[in-house]
Amino acid sequence: MAEQNFDAIVIGSGISGGWAAKELTEKGLKVLMLERGRNIEHVKDYVNANKEAWDYPHHGRKTQEMIAQNPVLDRDYPLNEQTYGMWVNDKESPYVEVKRYDWFRGYHVGGRSLLWGRQSYRWSDLDFEANAKDGIAVDWPVRYKEIEPWYDYVERFAGISGNRDGLSVLPDGQFLPPMEMTCVEKDVAKRLQEYYKGQRAMIIGRTANLTKEHEGRSSCQFRNKCWLGCPFGAYFSTQSSTLPAAMKTGNLTLRPWSIVTKILYDKDTKRATGVEVLDAETNKTYVYKSKIVFLNASTLNSAWILMNSATDVWEGGLGSSSGELGHNIMDHHLGVGAGGKVEGYEDKYTFGRRANGIYIPRYQNIGNDKREYLRGFGYQGSGNRGGWGSNVAEATIGAAFKEAISEPGGWSMGIMGFGEVLPDHKNFVTLDKTVKDKWGLNVLKIDAELKENELKMRKDMQADAIEMLTNAGVKDVRGYDANGVLGRGIHEMGTARMGADPKTSVVNKYNQIWDAPNVFVTDGSFMTSAACVNPSLTYMAFTARAVDFAVSELKKGNL
Amino acid sequence: MMNRREALSSVALLLGGTILGSQAFLSGCKSTAGDAVAFTPEDIAFLNEVAETILPKTDTPGAKEANVGEFMTVIVKDCYKPEEAKVFMEGLSKLKGTSFMKASAEERTKMLTELDAEAKAFQEKKKPEELPHYFRMMKELTLWGFFTSEVGATKVLRYVAVPGKFEGCTEYKKGDKAWAT
Repeated sequence: MAEQNFDAIVIGSGISGGWAAKELTEKGLKVLMLERGRNIEHVKDYVNANKEAWDYPHHGRKTQEMIAQNPVLDRDYPLNEQTYGMWVNDKESPYVEVKRYDWFRGYHVGGRSLLWGRQSYRWSDLDFEANAKDGIAVDWPVRYKEIEPWYDYVERFAGISGNRDGLSVLPDGQFLPPMEMTCVEKDVAKRLQEYYKGQRAMIIGRTANLTKEHEGRSSCQFRNKCWLGCPFGAYFSTQSSTLPAAMKTGNLTLRPWSIVTKILYDKDTKRATGVEVLDAETNKTYVYKSKIVFLNASTLNSAWILMNSATDVWEGGLGSSSGELGHNIMDHHLGVGAGGKVEGYEDKYTFGRRANGIYIPRYQNIGNDKREYLRGFGYQGSGNRGGWGSNVAEATIGAAFKEAISEPGGWSMGIMGFGEVLPDHKNFVTLDKTVKDKWGLNVLKIDAELKENELKMRKDMQADAIEMLTNAGVKDVRGYDANGVLGRGIHEMGTARMGADPKTSVVNKYNQIWDAPNVFVTDGSFMTSAACVNPSLTYMAFTARAVDFAVSELKKGNL
Repeated sequence: MMNRREALSSVALLLGGTILGSQAFLSGCKSTAGDAVAFTPEDIAFLNEVAETILPKTDTPGAKEANVGEFMTVIVKDCYKPEEAKVFMEGLSKLKGTSFMKASAEERTKMLTELDAEAKAFQEKKKPEELPHYFRMMKELTLWGFFTSEVGATKVLRYVAVPGKFEGCTEYKKGDKAWAT
């Protein structure tokens, strides 16, 4: 076995792994970043970035062959001709579903930072205090004031476009200029403001797309092709942002095709000593040693690595002494909302393709707004003019038909809820004993579902959407509720929760594993509750903070 | 992609109902259509004439110029489930058995307008689990194939590869074409 030494190892190269690598290398540490999948080089490997529908044999549509190979991806938008090969092939990397769980993964350098929705919102103390107030799970050992400077720090580098809206539920940040609302969105926002007397707001989405040049990256060109990789580097990804920063230091070694099979643990020093890697191309095993390990393999996979580590000391793996490792899986539940037609504005249209929409921050269970469930939800949506094919023509065939349907249709407005999922010990993953992946490794068995609180909330998510749009003057409003299944938010959280007590949590307030203080878990695994806002910005902030702490502890000789 | 989803759903909206194939995709069964479904150059030429009748050349190009006939065969072969492909193939044979190819442009328009009415009536009456009318398939593939083709997108609709900015409220004059994407 070859053996190599580093100051730090980062497992995973997605949003949080990229941040860990950047921060560690900029502080002078020699870092090895391990990625289980292939490399994707910025710009050069964005093979579809400049293609249009007509450049694909099926104009983007999935084929029966693609479906046969990817039965899980087929459950939602990830399966299409444009991003094919970017989401994980289910057949190579299976998992077991005790209950249906839609797991959409990105195994390549950059992970899902290349494929994310880029919506970036801060938490507030409404979120950090929620568990304590409700007596649910365990309390967060941190509050907004401690995290606030780290939100500032990561926003300044990542580049978040947004408006300073002055809402206490959704703190303002270090924003680049906001994107513009459409005329219909402006109108609906104004009507909601008036009708609900400022108790409900509709704001422009806050997104990690640059609205001006920033940190050497170009501004957004409004092509709406982010998911193909952006040759302009105009949205935050590992490739566009953190990886070049880490590479610039000369301190980073990036190793793709590296499946970490376990974290190596020394029971005498009670420290991790490094990792064992299975080379995904050659199937050879390697050992890499380091003083500290950052675990950023994505929520469920980080749990998998921990469950396979130090099993000679703890049967359930490293971090399992509390009995919470693998438990409390959360996501955001969505796919429920409403939409309708907007009259007028026939003489208005839009220019450019905005990869962003509007946001309605949570207003439930705040102040006098009391609900029959805990927590709440926000909405994302947009008000747009219908494109070709939406104009109903009198003729059904022929020249007049062609002319009519090649003109834009009427305006419509739609909103979809993103609801908070409560942490529940009964939503969990374990190692399956029967199924193996392509590399002969055991796989995860997922046993998680929406519970009563979420199901109650969904009723309001639809009813409130209908009510608000109707009150804002939208016509023919129709609600929908489809696919209330965990995983579809692609916001997996939990499995190694943060807490103040080693008996009830896996990591402490600095993301250190209680049982191995030189191992830091800073991907979604550490989340103690889920809030209802998109989580990535919060991972970034906690990662930067954890690195700052780790390096300071390392210098003090505490690790 | 959001664009593709919007494109698909707008066709569905126009024709009333879910786009064919997208709901079928949920089943995840392996297609055997590839072996059974074969189109001749004559079929492609015929489908191009059907498409051209639905979306004819005016002061802008029609469906034939985008070779929508061939595109239809690619989608039916690769993306349709076998039973859907069967409906399409049988419909194609039936239509080929008519006087369509010999008919004048006006007569063709009349024939397909009647067929479209028949398909519409069928769609309204059919049970959800029943397969769609073959002409609904042809019309759907014509619209979607054409407006997402380079000819349709850039010469009939308006297309800007790199907008460089977003404006949420611009002026629109009746007759201006929709953005292709």
